[in-house]
Amino acid sequence: MSATHQKSSPKSKDTPLLAGVGMTKSFGDLVANQDINFSIYPGELHALLGENGAGKSTFIKMVYGLLQPDQGYLEWRGERVTVTNPQQARGMGIGMVFQHFSLFEALTVAENIALALPPDFPRQKLSQMIKTKSAEYGIPLNPDSIIADLSVGQQQRVEIVRCLLQNPALLIMDEPTSVLTPQETDQLFEVLKRLANQGCAVLFISHKLDEIKQLTTRATILRGGIKVAEVKTKDQSTRQLAELMIGAKVKDIGALSTPKNSKTLFSVSGLSRSAEGPFDIALRDISFSVNAGEILGIAGIAGNGQSELMAALTGEWRPASAAGANKITIGTADMMALTPAARRRAGLAFIPEERNGHAAVPSMTLSENALLTGYDQDDVIRRGIINHDKTLAMARHISKTFDVRQPSDDPLASSLSGGNLQKFVVGREIIKVPQVLIVSQPTWGVDIGAAQFIRTAMANLAKQGSAVIMISQDLEEIFQIAHHIAVLNNGQLSETLKADDVTPEHIGLLMGESSRSHRDSTPVTDNISGDISGQGSGKARVSS
Amino acid sequence: MAEELLLAILLTSVPLILAATGELVAEKSGVLNLGVEGMMLMGAVAAFGVASLTGSPYLGILGGGLAGLLISLIFAVFVLGLATNQVATGLALTIFGTGLSGLIGAPLVGQSIDGLPSLIIPWISDIPMIGAFFRLDFLAYLSVILVGLTAYVLNYTQFGLVLRAVGINHDSAHALGYPVLRVRFMAVLFGGFMAGLGGGYLPLVLTPHWAEGMTSGRGWIALALVVFASWQPWRVTAGAILFGGITIMQLVGQARGWAVPSQFLSMLPYFATITVLVLISRGGRIQFGAPAHLGKNFLITR
Repeated sequence: MSATHQKSSPKSKDTPLLAGVGMTKSFGDLVANQDINFSIYPGELHALLGENGAGKSTFIKMVYGLLQPDQGYLEWRGERVTVTNPQQARGMGIGMVFQHFSLFEALTVAENIALALPPDFPRQKLSQMIKTKSAEYGIPLNPDSIIADLSVGQQQRVEIVRCLLQNPALLIMDEPTSVLTPQETDQLFEVLKRLANQGCAVLFISHKLDEIKQLTTRATILRGGIKVAEVKTKDQSTRQLAELMIGAKVKDIGALSTPKNSKTLFSVSGLSRSAEGPFDIALRDISFSVNAGEILGIAGIAGNGQSELMAALTGEWRPASAAGANKITIGTADMMALTPAARRRAGLAFIPEERNGHAAVPSMTLSENALLTGYDQDDVIRRGIINHDKTLAMARHISKTFDVRQPSDDPLASSLSGGNLQKFVVGREIIKVPQVLIVSQPTWGVDIGAAQFIRTAMANLAKQGSAVIMISQDLEEIFQIAHHIAVLNNGQLSETLKADDVTPEHIGLLMGESSRSHRDSTPVTDNISGDISGQGSGKARVSS
Repeated sequence: MAEELLLAILLTSVPLILAATGELVAEKSGVLNLGVEGMMLMGAVAAFGVASLTGSPYLGILGGGLAGLLISLIFAVFVLGLATNQVATGLALTIFGTGLSGLIGAPLVGQSIDGLPSLIIPWISDIPMIGAFFRLDFLAYLSVILVGLTAYVLNYTQFGLVLRAVGINHDSAHALGYPVLRVRFMAVLFGGFMAGLGGGYLPLVLTPHWAEGMTSGRGWIALALVVFASWQPWRVTAGAILFGGITIMQLVGQARGWAVPSQFLSMLPYFATITVLVLISRGGRIQFGAPAHLGKNFLITR
């Protein structure tokens, strides 16, 4: 059985499978999509490229029936259609894999898939069909697993199989690789290419330019809600694509120079932590050290102990008793027992992953947010009274230095875009020139321009003699600025490697290895590590 | 004697079973309705009033259910239509229901009605002990059927799956094209209907007259039961019988003159509720099957 239903179209091959004509959508004053013309052909691998806020999501939501265009219309196989809801889109043959998975954690794989199928779908055979279909594409799934027990990569398979069961003619993938290891990404691309060969069109949404060049043949580029270009991807360099996407030249970050003979500034030894909740990852004997002037990149797929490690480093989690092998030292001072505030006073600075609600309070103004970690600076507080002018000056200084674009003088943190707020919270710590900066996912969900800015700022901080520990799942970012790299996998940290001595593929393998005994992993056909299915399955391991 | 005691326990647990099952469905869809007490009181006064006017306790059942449904409609409009805070709205609903039922019921105080007759099933009801289960009334039998139906619909039908999915993650459910608000609306109204039935059981069976605030906290116990039962309908039934037992035990204790202050005994059901809630909350939410989006309002965003 072929994966696509060839509803033998009477039209010639020149008729697009799907076309958007003059699609326009506004939200209040904001024009999210303006007069967008778009087309995709059967069997085509087509990229939709753009920064956050460029209007990609709005566009695909209109295609999938979640939003209605204000103006313009869609054509499906050459005929004008109005897609009023996702059920209709699925009925037409459009499948969608969401960026933030639309899965239900507490339900089983089969239940999740049943939710996306038409009511008349034969349910008794569903389990068998899931097994057959997933095996056919080399991404095996157990229909009875609970979603919360699966790794992120396996969860994505559920989404894909959910689409495949309906034999789609068009598959929309929204940022599918942001959570995958390089090996998982390769495997996903195999599946997509195979679908395309069978005549299924794939609309691939991403801002990872290498991947777009690797996978797709054509790209539609959006910027600020407007279609700025439609290009053949093989004719463009990644740099050209990036420049089309951001509408400006991409700046380089200066070459890295490893400082010589610098002394160890920050070290962790024998850090262990047992899992306290059902979804926690236990940390096992983590040791590393960072020299002054160096950036250590800690790579790893999300959910392998990053948040637990971050909490232990910041002091948000501390061992119940001071006894034990756990040690975190700055210079020679042990800080395992210190609270986050005391660690800050000792010269550490932290930037947690979640900017809304952890690094910053969304409902407070920028100056109030600056005060929250900068209260010991410049007499902003004297005898318990806040000096409003100085606080405001501090916030302005951060905004100015770190190019934070804000709608008013002292806006609420929630009114800033993700990239600007991230620049603010990073700037708030870096401007203090801490001895040691510990940062988690510094550019997650941030546009390229802001990401480059933040990475440059961290590199400059290291040049001034600080030590930087950067937990990140973005390998490109790690290789761009880190001097040393270690990999966190299922609560264990690999040995520290010199960035110059290793390749991204090597790091990718370290990120994906382990848990060969994973209960869901049946051997997958030839893939690079031979063990794609078991990667990053710390969650499953804890709960099994 | 023991059989009479068992019968009393079963009768006491019926209002809890009904109200808690209704609340369970609402919570499974992600809506926390703290107005159970108010809805039960409205059900109680309406059931009594209808039964008193028409002389038919069976019409009283219907009146109680409809009153609960109508007052939950107010809650649904506020919480789902206007996205007000669920906790605050639910508390307001309880206060409103308490006051309104007192007002409506003022002329009814002192009257009495013929309650629901027991429907004794021949032969089986003569079996010692077990026979108690077959000497109940129409609404008690109905409550068991409703629990069974609820369990079946939630676990084995497409509608139940969608309802659970909406409670686990309303954004995902919306992205798949399910009408989140409509599903929740129906769940809230069902919860109101069931709470109304539960409230109606008090004047129709337990004490055949109306008194202001006669539910005396049963709505809150029903809320606790849902958590106690970790959102499983049959466990709600078991929990309700357990709480019924505690209530009856304190009455027995008082009647037999146990050397314990009567206030302490009256406190027992509520004390048990708090203890159970404390024990359960130690385990974390997901483990116990709490819908992940319980209490969160759904707003369509771009």
